[in-house]
Amino acid sequence: MNQFSLKRARFSSTLRRIAVALTFVVALVSAPLCAQAVSSQSKTGAAESSSAQKLIQPEELARILQSPKGGGPLILHVGYRVLYLQAHVPHSEYVGPASEPEGIQRLRQRVQALPRKQSIVVYCGCCPWSKCPNINSAYNELRALGFRNVELLYIADNFGKDWVDKGYPVAKGE
Amino acid sequence: MKTKALATLAILAVIAFIATRHWSRPTGSMRRGNAVTHPLAPDFSLTDLSGQTLQLAHYRGKVVLLNFWATWCAPCRSEIPRFVDLQNVYDREGLQIVGISLDDDPKRVHAFYQQLRMNYPVAIGDAKLAEQYGGVLGLPVSFLIGRDGRIYAKYAGETDISMIGREIKSLL
Repeated sequence: MNQFSLKRARFSSTLRRIAVALTFVVALVSAPLCAQAVSSQSKTGAAESSSAQKLIQPEELARILQSPKGGGPLILHVGYRVLYLQAHVPHSEYVGPASEPEGIQRLRQRVQALPRKQSIVVYCGCCPWSKCPNINSAYNELRALGFRNVELLYIADNFGKDWVDKGYPVAKGE
Repeated sequence: MKTKALATLAILAVIAFIATRHWSRPTGSMRRGNAVTHPLAPDFSLTDLSGQTLQLAHYRGKVVLLNFWATWCAPCRSEIPRFVDLQNVYDREGLQIVGISLDDDPKRVHAFYQQLRMNYPVAIGDAKLAEQYGGVLGLPVSFLIGRDGRIYAKYAGETDISMIGREIKSLL
């Protein structure tokens, strides 16, 4: 092997080593990001699979609200007044925390006269989806009352992050 | 041969250094800045659970951790014991934690305060106060306020207590 070929072989070998090292480091850097992505996917997956609840994503509801056709579902806020007053989905009605007897009572009173095929969206947004004390109670109560067209607005973290910060329409006050 | 090995190691070291700097960036976003990036924390005056006046301006000169929470918020309930610990550890160095509950029912807050042996003042807040702080549209939310009364960090969601401890120490 002449000098040139030898140098070329050594250079290739060094390049190979650097490539392996770079691959290792890139894998190390990407691992936490992948874990985060899988975790957020599995959160959504868990919410969807438990008790076969129907979820509606924020962007979809925002699209319905902004549609020139008008109409749309009855939207009920089943969370806390202090959060509702600061910002809520336009045209949504405050019912109150569905984790409390008074909230469930108000929910019943609001829907009792409605046809059972009424389309209803309920939401809270107080805290992360898996920790919300209100959303499942509201859903179960509506289903028990015979409503079959109920969807839960999926708010992964909170209403501020998943609705307001995304620029979706907002109303304030009562 | 040795030179090439050293060169490879050097490249690895640089990449690892850059990667760890990226990971260690605090999520509370403590950054040096100016009055725009560190605005003055809006002052307020409330009555705390013991009936005393709780005014934020009275704590100027201390590092304040202002925590918005509620008894119905599960992540809030799990982080409060850690705040109690932080208050114990840094009390003499000038830390003051202040809790603002967004509950409707003060009785629940009283009961919770006693049950968790909270060692810092707590008052009941409202939507108006929450809006002064840019809107509290999910709980918990905490603000780290320096001795100069400026906001140095905002923590949305349950906090990483070791990270927040480090940032408190850096301001004390």
